[in-house]
Parts: sequence; structure tokens; C-alpha cells
Amino acid sequence: MKEYKTINEIAGPLLVVNDVSGVSYNEIVEIMVPGGEKRKGQVLDVTQNTAVVQVFGGTEGISTTQTSVRFLGETMRLGLSSDMLGRVFNGLGEPRDKGPRIIPKERVDINGLPINPFSRESPNEFIQTGVSTVDCMNTLVRGQKLPIFSGAGLPHNQLTVQIARQAKVRGTGEKFAVVFAGIGITHEEASFFMRDFEKTGALENAVLFLNLADDPSVERIITPRLALTTAEYLAYEMDMHVLTLITDMTNYCEALREISSARQEVPGRRGYPGYMYTDLSTIYERAGRVKGSKGSVTQIPVLTMPGDDKTHPIPDLTGYITEGQILLSRDLHRKNIYPPVDVLPSLSRLMNSGIGGDKTREDHKGVSDQLYAAYANGRDLRSLSAVVGEEALSATDRKFLRLADEFEKTFVTQGAYENREIEDTLSVAWDLLSILPEEELKRVKTEHIKKYLPEQQEKTE
Amino acid sequence: MAKAGKIERISGPVVEAYLPDARLYDVVKVGNEKLLGEIIKITGTTSVIQVYEDTSGLKPEEPVVSTGSPLSVELGPGILQNIYDGIQRPLQYIEEVTGGVYITRGIDAPALDKKKKWEFKATAKKGDKIKKGDVIGTVQETDLIEHRIMSPMEGRIESIKSGKYTIEEEVASVSFEGKKYPLTMVQRWFVRKSRPVVEKFPPNIPLVTGQRIIDTFFPIAKGGTAAIPGPFGSGKTVTQQSLAKYSDTQIVVYVGCGERGNEMTEVLKEFPHLKDPNTGKPLMMRTVLIANTSNMPVAAREASIYTGVTIAEYFRDMGYDVALMADSTSRWAEAMREIGGRLEEMPGEEGYPAYLARRLAEFYERAGRVRCLGTEDRYGSVSIIGAVSPPGGDISEPVSQNTLRVTKVFLALDASLAYRRHFPAINWLKSYTLYTDALEEYFAGNVSSDFSKLTKDAMVLLQKEAELQEVVQLVGPDALPEKEQAILLITKMLREDYLQQNAFSDVDARCELSKQYEMLKTIMRFGERTNSALDLGVQLKRIQELEVIAQIGRMKEIADMKEFDKLQKKEDSSFDKLR
Repeated sequence: MKEYKTINEIAGPLLVVNDVSGVSYNEIVEIMVPGGEKRKGQVLDVTQNTAVVQVFGGTEGISTTQTSVRFLGETMRLGLSSDMLGRVFNGLGEPRDKGPRIIPKERVDINGLPINPFSRESPNEFIQTGVSTVDCMNTLVRGQKLPIFSGAGLPHNQLTVQIARQAKVRGTGEKFAVVFAGIGITHEEASFFMRDFEKTGALENAVLFLNLADDPSVERIITPRLALTTAEYLAYEMDMHVLTLITDMTNYCEALREISSARQEVPGRRGYPGYMYTDLSTIYERAGRVKGSKGSVTQIPVLTMPGDDKTHPIPDLTGYITEGQILLSRDLHRKNIYPPVDVLPSLSRLMNSGIGGDKTREDHKGVSDQLYAAYANGRDLRSLSAVVGEEALSATDRKFLRLADEFEKTFVTQGAYENREIEDTLSVAWDLLSILPEEELKRVKTEHIKKYLPEQQEKTE
Repeated sequence: MAKAGKIERISGPVVEAYLPDARLYDVVKVGNEKLLGEIIKITGTTSVIQVYEDTSGLKPEEPVVSTGSPLSVELGPGILQNIYDGIQRPLQYIEEVTGGVYITRGIDAPALDKKKKWEFKATAKKGDKIKKGDVIGTVQETDLIEHRIMSPMEGRIESIKSGKYTIEEEVASVSFEGKKYPLTMVQRWFVRKSRPVVEKFPPNIPLVTGQRIIDTFFPIAKGGTAAIPGPFGSGKTVTQQSLAKYSDTQIVVYVGCGERGNEMTEVLKEFPHLKDPNTGKPLMMRTVLIANTSNMPVAAREASIYTGVTIAEYFRDMGYDVALMADSTSRWAEAMREIGGRLEEMPGEEGYPAYLARRLAEFYERAGRVRCLGTEDRYGSVSIIGAVSPPGGDISEPVSQNTLRVTKVFLALDASLAYRRHFPAINWLKSYTLYTDALEEYFAGNVSSDFSKLTKDAMVLLQKEAELQEVVQLVGPDALPEKEQAILLITKMLREDYLQQNAFSDVDARCELSKQYEMLKTIMRFGERTNSALDLGVQLKRIQELEVIAQIGRMKEIADMKEFDKLQKKEDSSFDKLR
């Protein structure tokens, strides 16, 4: 293997190496920094005699004369084994806990390959998260990718951990695992996750990859791919049901922008590269179920929307790839409501295939649609009544208003350790619907009204 | 002739190669793994190639070979019921070859089954003089569709024989200017070139979609173009899929361009179980799927739209009405942007290449109702319905704007409607169609003479409602005069009981034009009766309490048209009793 000492240019995270030959695109590079430290990098652009290398682990201390570069002849691979369960790794896949190195059963390209759409199975198994706003209104199914859109300072970490702790497919004792990728998170956040995983005993069924805020940002390109490669291995080779939590995708996109600007590429919206959609899709699309394997990869990526703006390129491009989103609202958080899920802009695209008689309950879809419509109406009326006063509203409208308030108080609000069965969630929902006059319940079937609607309580208002 | 060259540079999906005498847009095989690519730029002896597969591991100096022909599709029996990637490689075949769930690289997959024997029925006879495009025989490709084999050339038929043949076996021979040529059931066509027609006609027949808001208020014509822009979560894909399932075209080509893998799987699993409303046969029998999901190579995504529209044109040429769904054209434009960026082209607006507008216009121009090539009078159409995914739902961006300039129907999806589960979430105030006048005659003759009037009246009410809502926001509903409150009552019925349509209900998912007419009439009659009752001094409150309102609310589920008679009689008697 040839060693080159011909670094010609160092710009941000990139090196330009001259006079190379036989270098392949996307190949992995080892960089020997003066002082004996080794860093890894990857070829981004190659011509007959120069290669542009992106360095993981930062370019500090690299010089054009004292540093040598070796091309390793293969793309980035991760050694995989079921021994990874219960372990903590850094953002490049090296052990971070004090445990031994992993002896790999397989070494797999971390970039993965696109799944043949023909070989996918459609995701349709209901995952009960125990969170009403998810289970009833934005149902998660196995093999789905459902991100949490949050904002700085909102309790997305608590919600993620709660879902990881409570998620189960009802009536089965199948093997499951959690793969966690922390991208650019702080030490404090990392220890919050670690503590919670340890406390609830979830750690033994979990694999953690942690790239912390002070780790080199270029590593962030690698971290989610390591996590997903591990998740795919556990799912498709070991037949496990894997829940993959990735937080925070905003840091990932920032790293992508940093590299793009160092390469002097033509920027797209807000300086993010034009290929960000394609790049994100190579992460998010690695969720699903495939033919011939019992396992599944379910993804819950978390991102913080800069300025709580849903139209910012990061949430926007994410929403176009993922199968819905759970949106956290600052208004609800201010009202001290946990989890502050705003159901109106939230969505689960795969919900309809995961609910109904044999999966949850026959009335689930109707109840959910009815609550959506009624709560949306109630929220509109809330702003109207702020202008004209509640007295100016009709009796029916006042009922909608009350439903919106009660919905937030009893349905959305629940404890961080409160695990609601779907039946409990639905019965809270029917209690709420009983506030409305029966003829307003157009979305639910008449027979379900007869069966599930509690006796009309004539409460004085 | 195949010429060899070698790689000079690799940057993502773009490869530069030394390749003398190359022709622009010729397909090349790149590297030792023979990855497929297309020449998109030539400077001197250097060709710039967009590669349809992942380029990881390619090295400079590896060979590049030109196939000497531009990107083309194979057209013949066996296309239907297939699912292809963006460059017409069958995904099922790829699964069989790789034996796994992933799409690996360098797979050379024939688009059509070369071994299967088809029953060819000759319709022309020996000695017939034929023109280009004349049907020489037919193959019953699926229970729903007869595949018409068209001659790609003119001449005199020297021999022709019915029987079972593979697509590559000779079924006829034609002599032209003293030479004899064999004809098979398969032909190739370059995807970037539109297939020729005799004449294009202005569209005047509606594409009946079974979706009330579209057919009644914003009809699309057969051979027309429509754009569906909307932010994520507003139901673009659901709308596209409803159109693919329920519209009255004979062939559907569905292009999933840079979209979600699970969604394509849903289409794949669902279509074989859905029944064609007219024949009861599975919908898949009239469908071709092209799936180039977002994580599949970006250059193949760029090609997928052309592959789709060329297949659509081929079936049009047989005399069929074809609908092409492109979901989403924004991803297609982004693929152009990504490749343009790699070529270091001077970018236009928002980084998109300067030729974006031209490419979009060229694509939508391939729609139309036409007289097909050939001696006999044969008419076919391609209707294009393109989804647009504007960033943040803001349609002032270049892809939306350039699309709206060439499409005739605009279906504006609205996230706030989706939030309240009003589906299809098409905003009735922002959407428009330019086919209203062209289609009026058809509706008057085939639905009812007052259908157009009813729709116009209903739209006036809905617009009035928007104005009234602004007043209500300021003073509350009770401050409005009763007549205006009555308008709000009627428009609420229009919105909830007419515009909303339940895609998951067996009865409501598709609504025939005749039922649309009866439903609209029922509501508008209620409006008229309300007005005259108010004139007679009846209090609005009493009308609001009428039991028949709840029945109107459930009329979507009516399957038997006779029920409408009863409902309208009930309407009359309810009002009669009020006096």
C-alpha cells in the first residue's frame, strides 16, 4: 500500500492530495498526523492524479509536509456482531465504554444499498407507544420512519426516551432492540440518555453511537450511517425489531453544509447543498421491512427546527421523505402540557394500514378523524372567541371550545412514565366526543356511536 | 460502433472520461463493473457522463465503452403489470438476479421477458400496403388490455402469420423500396424524443376521476395537463393514487420519481387487489409502475420521467387514453439541479439550471389528444398529472411557477384543510381549471343541462362564504342577517357533505358523474328552499333543526341512485311542513 506525502492544500475539513494513482471514489483514507496520531478520511473527488479527501476527526495539526496519507482500497465499513448489544461506541464506531473491541462477524459498507421497492413488505403492524397523541392520532407502525420536529428547549429528549421505553407490539414476545445515534449532542444530553437506558434496563438491548458536540463535526456524516448499518444487521440478519432513534438531525445537516461550503459547491436554499434531499433520503429510506426477514427497522429521527420554522430546509426536506411527523409546540409547552404534541400539523402516513378491528379497534379511524376535525374547529373558535367573546358563540360552538380545552388537558397531557393502553386512549377520546351533540359526530360510524359513546352527560356550563 | 475510452475524474454521480468521437446523449458503460451512464456534455475529447448507479469504488483509468445509441425503452407485450426503475430495468427481475432485497450495481436487466410466448393475432394480410403506425396484429396482453402491434415502418406486407411467438421472433416481413425487412413485436424508442402523431386536437372530453371536487369544479380533460402543488402532508400522493385508481382511462403509467419506498410498496401491494370499476379485473392489469425512490441513483431519477412518458405515448399510439402520474416533478427538477451543480454550470434561480423551464415545458407538451399515425382513424390521449413539492409549501419557487405556466389545471393542496382531515385537501378558492368552456358541451350532453349552472352557483356561494367568514371573525356569526347565516349553513353542507370525500370508504372512494350531479342538486335545492322559506318568514333556527340535514350528511354512502329521489322528496316535505 502506497503512502503519499503530497498533500497540496488543506481547507476546512478537506485535503487535496497530488500525484496519486489508482485511487477510487469514496475510498477510505488513513492520515498519519505528526506525533503519531492516525485519522480517517474519505475520497470525495478523484482525477487521474489528485484526490480530494474529507477528514473525519478534524484537520488540526495536519501539515503539507509532515503528514502522510494512505489509501486503504475499500469504502467505509463497519464490523458487525450481535455482541454490539449493550455497548456504547463513539461517532466513528470505536468503543466508548471500557469494553473490549468487537470481533466482527461481518464487515459491511456503511452507505448501504437502496432497498428494491419490489422487495419491501408494507409496514402494517401497530406499535403501541403508550402516548395517546401518537397511538390514537399519529399511529406508528413497524418499519415506518416518523420524525419528531421539535424546537430548542422543548422536551423532545424526554418524549424520545419515553417512546423507546414503552414501545411494544401487543401480544407478541418478539425480540426487539434499540439503536441510538447521538449526533452532536451535548455531554449533558448524552448522560441523560445513558442514565435512562441504564435505569430501565433497556441498555442491554441497545447499541449506542455517540458523537458529542465537541467531537469533530465531519464525523456526524458517518454516525447515523453506522447506526443504521447496525440496525439493518440486527433486523435482517438477526430477525430483531429495531427501533432506531437519531438525534439531532439538525446537527447532521449543519455538518453537511460545512463540508459543502468547504468544497465551494453551488449552494441551494440557505446555504445547504442542493443534494441535501438525496443525502437525507439515503438515511431515512433505510427504514422498513423486507421480504424474507422477520425483523424491521423503525426510525424516529429527532430534529430541532431553527426558529421553530417548519419551512426551514431541514424539517422541510425531512418531511418530504419521512412518513409523517410528530410536531412539538412551544405554545403547549408554555401551558405546561407534556408531551406538547400539536396534533394538527402532525401526521402519520402509514397510520391507516396499522389500525382497525384486528389491529387496534374498529372505531379507531373514525374516532381519530373526528377528534382531528373537532379539535381543529375548537382551535379556530378559540381565536374567534378571543375577539368577539364566548357569549357571542352559539351553544354548539361553545361545546367545541370546551372540547378543545379538555382535549389538551386530558388527552394530550400525560405523565412521562404513564403508559396508556390503546383502549384507555380510545375511552378518553370517547369521553371527549360525548361533549359534542351527536349529530356533529359525522366521522364516526353510527354503530360505533351506539357501542362506545358514553351516556350524554348534561353538564352545566 | 462501440468505442473504448477511460475515466479521468469521478465526482459523485458525474464521471469525466476520455472518449473520442462520442455522441451527446449516447449511453455508455462505465468502469469494470459496467455501470450504466449517459453522456451529457462533451468538450474536446472529454465526455461528461451522468451515471445511473452508485459510483463508489470507481477509479480513474478504468474503461468506458459507448453503446452508440441514446437512452431508449423497449416497447412491446409484457410492459403492463411491470414495475421498473428509472431506466426501465424490471425490479422483480433484479430481485431474482441478486437474490436479495437490495439493488446492487452493474445489473444488466432486459426490460421485457424475451422467453415468454405471446399469442399473436394477425390483423393485416399479405399484400397489404401499410404506413408507419398501422396495426398489423394484436396480442391480448392482459384481460383488460389488447396490445396492438404497430409497424414502425411503411411498405408492403410480404408475409404475416398468427401464432405463439416471443417478442423477438419474426411475425411479419415488409418490403420497402425493393428490400425486405423482418418485423417483430418489439420496438425501441429514444426516451428524450416524443413519438410522432398525425395531429393534436384541443381536448374536449373530461377525464372522469370520480373525485367530486375535481370533476365538478376543476375538471381535467383527456389529453390535458394538471399540476398538484402542496406542502408535505397535504395529500399529494393520496390524490395522485386516487386518480390512478379511479379515473376512467384505459392505461395508467405511475412514475414514483424520488419519492418514498414504502409508498411504492403500498401501490404494489394494493393495485393487484383493487378492481377496475368497469370490468372487475385487477387494476394492475392496466398499470405500469416506474419506481425510482429518493435513495436510488439520482441520474436514473432524472431519466425516470422520460421513461414514463415514452411508455405512455406508446400506448396512446395504439388508440388508448393514458394517464401519466408523475410524483413528484420537484424531485425530478432537483435531480437536474444536482447534476447541473456537479457540472459546475452557471445556476439560474435557486440553484436550478437555466434550462429548467424549457425541460418542464417540453415534458408537459408531450400530453395531448391526438390522431395516431397510421391509415385508419385512431385517436388516443396522454393526460399528465404532475405533483409538485414546493419547499415550505410556498409556490413562488421556480419549479411551481414554471409548471403553472404550462399546465392548464391547478389543484392547490392546502395543509390547513389536511389538518382538519378535510380530504381531498384541495383548496376550492385557489385552484383553477382552464378546461371549463371546452368541457361544458360534454357535461350538458352527458350529465345534465343544468350541471354547469349548478357548479357555478355553488362556487359563487363558496366564494361568498370566504367573505362572510371574515366578517364573522370580527363580529361573530349572530350579527349576520339570517339570509347570510343561511349561506353559511349551505356552504357548510357543500364543504362537509360534498367536497369531502372518503378515500377509504368502498362507496365514496369513487363517485360517478351522475351521483355527483344528484348530490350537488340535493344541496343546492336545499339552499333554494331555505331561501324561499326565509322569505316567507320562517326562522332559520327551525330550518337548522330539520332532520333531513343529517340525512344529507350521509348521502355520500348512497349506492342506489333511487335513494336520491326519496331524499329529495323528504327535503320537499320537510320544508312544506315548516309553513
